[in-house]
Amino acid sequence: MDRIPILKMGEFLLVTIQVDMHDQLAITLQDDLTQQIVKHRAHGVLIDISSLEIVDSFIGRMIANIAAMARMLDAETVLVGMKPAVAITLVELGLSLAGVRTALNVEKGMAALQSSLKGKEFFGRNTEK
Amino acid sequence: MTQATSIGQLVRNHEHQILEQWLALQQASTTLRANLVKERELREQSRDFLQQFTAALQLDSQNTEASAWKPVKDLLAKLSRSRASQGFTPVETATFVFSLKQPLFDLLRQELKEADKLAEGNWLMTVLLDKLGLYTTEIYQQNRELVIKRQQEELLELSTPVVELWDNIVALPLIGTLDSARTQVVMENLLQKIVENEAMIAIIDITGVPTVDTLVAQHLLKTVAAARLMGADCIISGMRPQIAQTIVHLGVNLSEVVTKATLADAFAVALQRTGATVVRNATKGQ
Repeated sequence: MDRIPILKMGEFLLVTIQVDMHDQLAITLQDDLTQQIVKHRAHGVLIDISSLEIVDSFIGRMIANIAAMARMLDAETVLVGMKPAVAITLVELGLSLAGVRTALNVEKGMAALQSSLKGKEFFGRNTEK
Repeated sequence: MTQATSIGQLVRNHEHQILEQWLALQQASTTLRANLVKERELREQSRDFLQQFTAALQLDSQNTEASAWKPVKDLLAKLSRSRASQGFTPVETATFVFSLKQPLFDLLRQELKEADKLAEGNWLMTVLLDKLGLYTTEIYQQNRELVIKRQQEELLELSTPVVELWDNIVALPLIGTLDSARTQVVMENLLQKIVENEAMIAIIDITGVPTVDTLVAQHLLKTVAAARLMGADCIISGMRPQIAQTIVHLGVNLSEVVTKATLADAFAVALQRTGATVVRNATKGQ
């Protein structure tokens, strides 16, 4: 697999990482995702890493970077389904991904995205009324 | 015939005499614990040791690492273990071996008329018995270390329970000092329970942690960061006034983490965040 699929769900983009990431794959994902956010005018990105078993400092940094880029394009990023071993590894590497929102599973991640979108509407970006 | 073999032969010939003398000495000595070992048992142990010792001597070996000495060492290891469990101190066990010197030296003085041979024989016996005496201490030490290691492992398992307080709320009551090894176990347990209970909030209660230094604080922060990566918020509860003072004086920044003085406060916050409320039943009590 040389590309990670990016699915559009309403206002959100769903990225499910099903294989172990290698460096090139992460760079491609970063390119693809930023383009898709702009193209679909997405306001939220949900990255599911429940199948990811191995992380290194590069992949950890890529995840943080992707979240920062998405935020600049006005899309909230939620990282869901991290395995305990992966979490421990990232913390030991000194990457606590401070700017990234997290949730336990896709369901809770979606709920978090929706609630943050509501919050934004409340502060003036109201398009429905 | 070497010196060792001839002394071995000599000891064999006078085995009975030496044994009686040795036993009398042991019983007279202050390090004997009459309440811990019966006379018959002591006699048996002494006889076995003396027999094995003589046999090894006769096999013409001055090196206690050699195979000839294995039965003697096995006997001493068994003796050291059984005595340790009976409550003997290592000094007392080593004295058992060392006290053989006096009857042996007496015998040598009696039998060896030449000064050179006597000195050589004394030296040989001293070296051998010292080695054997120290060996009992070594075995004692090994046993102690095994016990300590096993207890450490048991403590590690016992001291890190993660309890489910409510739907989506887990708590981790920490008791005792946090070191790196324990933090690892605590972290793994906590993260595993977060997955199992689909927890949104994890309360780490440090009421039972006696002191918090920079290292412990760092371990706590690591655990909090790992839990957050899994999508669960952490609350640290059980902050005692002393600990709050220490943390601030140390310059540790805990401002990223929600901290509460008591587990009850933390639980109230957790309930509020998960959208649950506790209502007092009006018909029962105030």
